[in-house]
Amino acid sequence: MALDHQAKRDFKVVGTRVARPDGIDKVTGKAAYGADITAPGMLFGRILRSPHAHARIKSIDVSEAAKAPGVKAVVTSADLASPDDEYYADIRDNCLAREKVLYDGHAVAAVAATSKAAAKAAIRLIKVDYEILPHVTDVDEAMKPDAPVVQEGRALENVPAGMSQNVTSHFEFGHGDLDAGFAKADKIIERTFKTAATHQGYIEPQACMASLGTDGRGEVWCCTQGQYMVRANCAEVLGIEASQLRVISSEIGGGFGGKTTTFIEPVALALSRKSGKPVKIVMTREEVLRATGPTVSTSMDIKIGMTNEGRITAARGELRYQGGAFPCGTVEFGAQAAFAAYDLEAVQTLGWNVMTNRPKEIAYRAPGAPTSIYAVESVVDELCQELGLDPLDVRLLNAARKGTLSAYGPTFNEIGLVATLEAAKAHPHYNAPLGPNQGRGLSCGFWFNFGGNTCVSLNINDDGTIGVVEGNPDIGGSRASISMMAAEELGVPYDKVRTVIADTTSLGFNDVTDGSRVTFAVGLATIKAARAAIQEMCKRVAKIWGIDEDAVLWEDGFAKPSGPNAGTHPPMSLAEIAAIAGNTGGPIAGHHEVNADGAGVSFGVHLVDTEVDPETGATKILRYTIFQDAGKAVHPDYVEGQMQGGAVQGIGWALNEEYIYGEDGRLQNAGFLDYRIPVASDLPSIETVILEIPNPGHPYGVRGVGETPIVPPLAAISNAVSRAAGVRMTELPMSPPRLLKAMSA
Amino acid sequence: MADGQEWVEVEASNFKQLLDELAIKHPGLAPQIKRGVSLSLDGVIYREAWFTEIGPENEIILMPYMVGG
Repeated sequence: MALDHQAKRDFKVVGTRVARPDGIDKVTGKAAYGADITAPGMLFGRILRSPHAHARIKSIDVSEAAKAPGVKAVVTSADLASPDDEYYADIRDNCLAREKVLYDGHAVAAVAATSKAAAKAAIRLIKVDYEILPHVTDVDEAMKPDAPVVQEGRALENVPAGMSQNVTSHFEFGHGDLDAGFAKADKIIERTFKTAATHQGYIEPQACMASLGTDGRGEVWCCTQGQYMVRANCAEVLGIEASQLRVISSEIGGGFGGKTTTFIEPVALALSRKSGKPVKIVMTREEVLRATGPTVSTSMDIKIGMTNEGRITAARGELRYQGGAFPCGTVEFGAQAAFAAYDLEAVQTLGWNVMTNRPKEIAYRAPGAPTSIYAVESVVDELCQELGLDPLDVRLLNAARKGTLSAYGPTFNEIGLVATLEAAKAHPHYNAPLGPNQGRGLSCGFWFNFGGNTCVSLNINDDGTIGVVEGNPDIGGSRASISMMAAEELGVPYDKVRTVIADTTSLGFNDVTDGSRVTFAVGLATIKAARAAIQEMCKRVAKIWGIDEDAVLWEDGFAKPSGPNAGTHPPMSLAEIAAIAGNTGGPIAGHHEVNADGAGVSFGVHLVDTEVDPETGATKILRYTIFQDAGKAVHPDYVEGQMQGGAVQGIGWALNEEYIYGEDGRLQNAGFLDYRIPVASDLPSIETVILEIPNPGHPYGVRGVGETPIVPPLAAISNAVSRAAGVRMTELPMSPPRLLKAMSA
Repeated sequence: MADGQEWVEVEASNFKQLLDELAIKHPGLAPQIKRGVSLSLDGVIYREAWFTEIGPENEIILMPYMVGG
């Protein structure tokens, strides 16, 4: 659905900062999250998890647990179905281990009991006989031919023969003659980078309540980024029909990509099926860190050549991503994104996805891109330092723009990178003076965005208010934005519109809330649904007035006669039309179903100043400014929130956060005390500059904004710290001990 | 997967026909096509829309199936 072809639109609602619809509920405790539900006769579920990184399950004896006081059901993987599809089989095996446990924390069995204490006591009675196997947790170690094999036979056809079975897929992108390109360079820098796995750090642990009856019909209440995804996963893993399962998404306390799959819902359903009662499972923080989905950890080689004037002549990257104990599909996005910001004659990226004995990775905003762009932007920055060039001028000299053949294949249309770079250059932050032990860093960032399967139903209520029903959990303020677009299109006040999130029985299929897609795709569908409702209202009014349908137009919430033959009729308001809908043909609604495309790629630039304490190695973020193209910021507060949130997550990723595994392959820091995410007192105020270069794929020009902000911070901060500390850092996180060691080397 | 070729030629008027013909002409691509590919048509990404029309003047790039977080 293209950008509206009309003169620059004077938006009345879109672009304003209306009150959020969920604010009062959230601050008063009224909002119902995943754990905030109970049901009569409800049981409490608890999961037994592997204490080993890798072991064969020789036997599981649940007999004592089944007899324990209060226990109503015990399940293992034997209670789950056997999907033919490898994708669902992996989900099943991750929910409850089959044959082998593949990482520390892997679920092995579960009980449902009448109290939490009874469930906790009962899992201790389950006897699992393990044969411990060698394990591997480092990506480079896992690729060695003699590495312990996590799973056999999982490599795709694109992996060359002779590689470790832990290497599951391989990708290559690029164009041009690398040798000729490097030959033209005055300076070449080649570096190896490593990043640790991190967690999305959502405050709300996974939680659900599931009920599955003997008639095969069930319900799941859960915190999720996609209720339709939960339905599909549970149906396959339990061997039931999707139509028999109703999934309701609760309010969600953070997702960021981490809740785009299922861990406990199929287990709760299996326990309910066996016990005949609803079963509630709430993960502990330790379980969340050990057994949900962190990011990949990486090892990357980057080589870039540059002329003395700053023109990049050739660039090459080899990326090795470990995605835990199941095949993942992340390195290809890192490989495509790595050099996307640059107009290059010669570029190549190679990527390898690798298995290790760690929990299966999942997305953290823009999956794969933050790490690869961290490595590339670090080398670009080092080249600028070595050649005495301004880092922003070098980005501008090499920036991708309309007509650039991108590093991953397509030729770019109109993109916002140059505008964001120019905004950064003109901003007072860029030239503000720095003091001792202080450094400034910048980075470009990129993400693809997409639209996806979307259904919206828009109802004109008989009192003239509007109800919008859509199918995507709100993880970033989308309900407000959707209500605003409906209000804008219909010409009614924002507070006359209420947007609710449907369960899986109320609308057709909706893709997960991810890919920065909701404000774009659900917004687009809402506009179309509103226009359909407007068309119906105009049709009804035309009949009332006895004129042709095309002689009625809609303006500012009113049907009005239009044209020389329309006659004179007082305008009819939406409320007046709604009040007599029963007389004119029945309730009035519009709906729209689409697999939306045209989301448009997104670029951002981050500028950051840091100060490094030379005695402790601690880094302080002094100033942070973000420049990003939003296409059209429907609700600027929420766009700013996405930008700031992404930056904060990137700060944690760059400076402190990492999964630490011991020699035994067990996670050593499975709690927020030792897995240190930033808190408000760690951070300065983060300034945001929103650019609006309309996306031609959306009627209002909206572009997805949620993922791009996490991409630049890793490199921006590393570049700033490297300049402040006087030493180039090539490993994340740059925790104080690591930085101190580098400074004293 | 396409016998080492970076560019290949097929006859097709929409995305589905393109994928079907590629899988026949270059069987090495068939597994990836089955797993999922997205299409970039003149710089606009189409995630999976089979009936997206394509013509000889269009820039057509196949990409891994789009995901997000």
